[in-house]
Amino acid sequence: MEFSFTEEQQMIRDTAEAFLAEVSTSEAIRVAMATEQGYQTELWQRMCTELYWQAIHIPEAYGGLGLGYVELVAMLEQMGRYLLCSPFFSTVCLGANALLIAGSEEQKAKYLPRICEGQTATLAFSGVSAAKLGGDWSANSIDASWQKTATGYRLNGGYRYVLDGAHAELLIVAARADGSSGETGISLFVVDANEAGVERQSLPTMDQTRRQADIQLNDVELPQSARLGDEGTAWNSLQAIVDLANVALAAEQMGGSQQLLDMTVAYTQERQQFGRPISSFQAIKHKAAEMMTSVEVARSGVYYAACVAQEFLQQGELAVELPEAASIAKSYCSDAYFASAGEAMQMHGGVGFTWEYDVHLYFKRAKSSEHYLGNGAWHRERLAQLLLDENTESKAG
Amino acid sequence: MKLSFSAEDERFRQQVAQWLQDNLAGEFAKLKFRGGPGDEHSFPEERKRWEQKLAEGGWTCIGWPQEYGGRSCSIEQQVIFNEEYARAGAPGHVGHIGEGLAGPTLIAFGSSEQKKKYLPGIVAGTELWCQGYSEPGAGSDLANVKTKARFDDAKGKWIINGQKVWTSLAHEADYCFVIARTDPDSVAHKGLGFFLIKMDQPGVEVRGIQQITGTSEFNEVFFDDAECSADDIVGEPGEGWKVAMGLLGFERGVSTLGQQMQFQNELNDVIAIAKGNGAAGDPTIRQRLAKAHAELKIMRYNSMRMLSGQSSSNGSLQKEALIYKLFWATWHRSMGELAMDVLGPESQILDAAPYQLSRLQAMYMFVRSDTIYGGTNEIQKNIIAERGLGMPKEPRWN
Repeated sequence: MEFSFTEEQQMIRDTAEAFLAEVSTSEAIRVAMATEQGYQTELWQRMCTELYWQAIHIPEAYGGLGLGYVELVAMLEQMGRYLLCSPFFSTVCLGANALLIAGSEEQKAKYLPRICEGQTATLAFSGVSAAKLGGDWSANSIDASWQKTATGYRLNGGYRYVLDGAHAELLIVAARADGSSGETGISLFVVDANEAGVERQSLPTMDQTRRQADIQLNDVELPQSARLGDEGTAWNSLQAIVDLANVALAAEQMGGSQQLLDMTVAYTQERQQFGRPISSFQAIKHKAAEMMTSVEVARSGVYYAACVAQEFLQQGELAVELPEAASIAKSYCSDAYFASAGEAMQMHGGVGFTWEYDVHLYFKRAKSSEHYLGNGAWHRERLAQLLLDENTESKAG
Repeated sequence: MKLSFSAEDERFRQQVAQWLQDNLAGEFAKLKFRGGPGDEHSFPEERKRWEQKLAEGGWTCIGWPQEYGGRSCSIEQQVIFNEEYARAGAPGHVGHIGEGLAGPTLIAFGSSEQKKKYLPGIVAGTELWCQGYSEPGAGSDLANVKTKARFDDAKGKWIINGQKVWTSLAHEADYCFVIARTDPDSVAHKGLGFFLIKMDQPGVEVRGIQQITGTSEFNEVFFDDAECSADDIVGEPGEGWKVAMGLLGFERGVSTLGQQMQFQNELNDVIAIAKGNGAAGDPTIRQRLAKAHAELKIMRYNSMRMLSGQSSSNGSLQKEALIYKLFWATWHRSMGELAMDVLGPESQILDAAPYQLSRLQAMYMFVRSDTIYGGTNEIQKNIIAERGLGMPKEPRWN
């Protein structure tokens, strides 16, 4: 048992930290926020060509670096920490993962090298139904549907909250057999974003560091070969894809919490009131201590989930723990990140409420990450079903 | 990162589990799940015999170096032992203060005579220890110790006067390690000595403190011209604080994994009750049970990080270790509340008159002390802010 980074993993983490500290500055984030696609294309290209980050956990056979989920998580932690505006998450943690989990050998050989070359991708599965009950990311959130045609499939329906959905070049979409409900009838398809009948609209978002989009499919005709995995039984694969994405998101959340803590402690050490730095007040110290506690606990949960995700990809012993580990990490990190953001704003006082300071950027990212793919309460209910209910292992979706 | 145990470690696990299954039987069967927090008063004689039984099997002090009677077990093996111990429901360990605190202190700071004199009794489970730190005026402000140690040249002994409080197991212990002021004019952490005091002598009196549970795990200990031989001071006079604080470094999480197995047993009980009485269908209880479950899992992962980080540590606690007490104590306190809320009105009915609490009722009450002893939550937050985040120290009020 060795539950800490190897030297190589530490090096990957340190490299990511150094690079992002340089390129994802407060100014750079604000430039990216003002772009149409929500990120600076040159930076994304530089990451893809110089650093090859987008290929990190793609097997070497498909042109990737062949590293694991722990290495990916080590980088994501830093991306969350520096609030990187990038299609990295959607491309790697949604698109590439979907192909890795559900793709056939031919599909992986066709599409994964494209991602390694810098093509962007994302996953669209939930429609407006995801907003029901204040957030439902189970199979019930899938609104789009497929019908069989002579040559393949015809897709119709809508998706909402699709990360980078308006600009991603490759779409992995979920749809259900016409008339099906729940976890049955679900298939996954790979769709070129330029396909006839694909209508995309960027949504204005509270968190400007990550774009979301609406996608409508209007009689999109796809060949047989566009289907990922078996027809109508893709829910388990999709669930695994979403679980892996939740582990990745939790890593970003934990990194963001760490940065909030560091920023806030630094600020309170500088800020003088009553003739002393406000960091000397116990009311401030105790809030900071609670933040550090939640960050360290979050870190333990995320690293464990990363190890489980890696085992899942390698079909190791701990693979069965993926749903639980993902929900534990996502529920804890969602709550911890938002709570830290709120306290950071409070401890910054008036300046924390200004556009100029960065606290609000984290405050907004914390809420958008919390609500994407299930907030704390939703994941706890999912855990409750595993823990308390008989024979309902997949009920949570 | 690698989470699995080696095949050799798994064989060790089998060995531990088998020994416990074979030996936690007969006269010891009734000790299962007893003697834990809130229940430390039960079966004292049987648990002392159990300690010796453990020793016969070679299951005391397994992490100590072999030269001092231990097994030199790896961290992984210590983790496994503690997990299996708790899983089997083996009783609260009456020797834990000797094994976990007194012994390691002597190994690190004691003279070779002190090691020869005291370590074998700890390993054999025949000599029990207690810890004399807190005093009525030295709680959170631990360095404000008033107990005095004066060297009597005529007797060639140290003479101890003062009072200690919250001393677990003092009524069972053979020895107490005590910090006392060797320099009467000193203040705070300067001028203290670290003494090994025999409990069975005229100058030592132990009185139980009746707690909110109605039972007495904690004691007051009065020293009235108690004697301590010249050889029984660890380190030099004036070095007591250094020795006492050295102890903090020994608690790095191995036993915490065993503690977490006890927490798991409690959570399992509460879940079974919730399924039985329908509370498991209540949305707010479901949230709380899921949260308790998630956080207990993470607590385990946090301990694994603490243990993995151990080899690279330089004596100061790492961040994941620094936050641990605050996290588990707060978790456990919530667990107590959740247990009562799952039971509902039945939580208010006792097992028997006059005040016989069920295991969960005793737990619910006892956990209120978790966020107080060993550094209150408030002190923990000061420590985290100061050592973990470099924020200014609390000013002293002069």
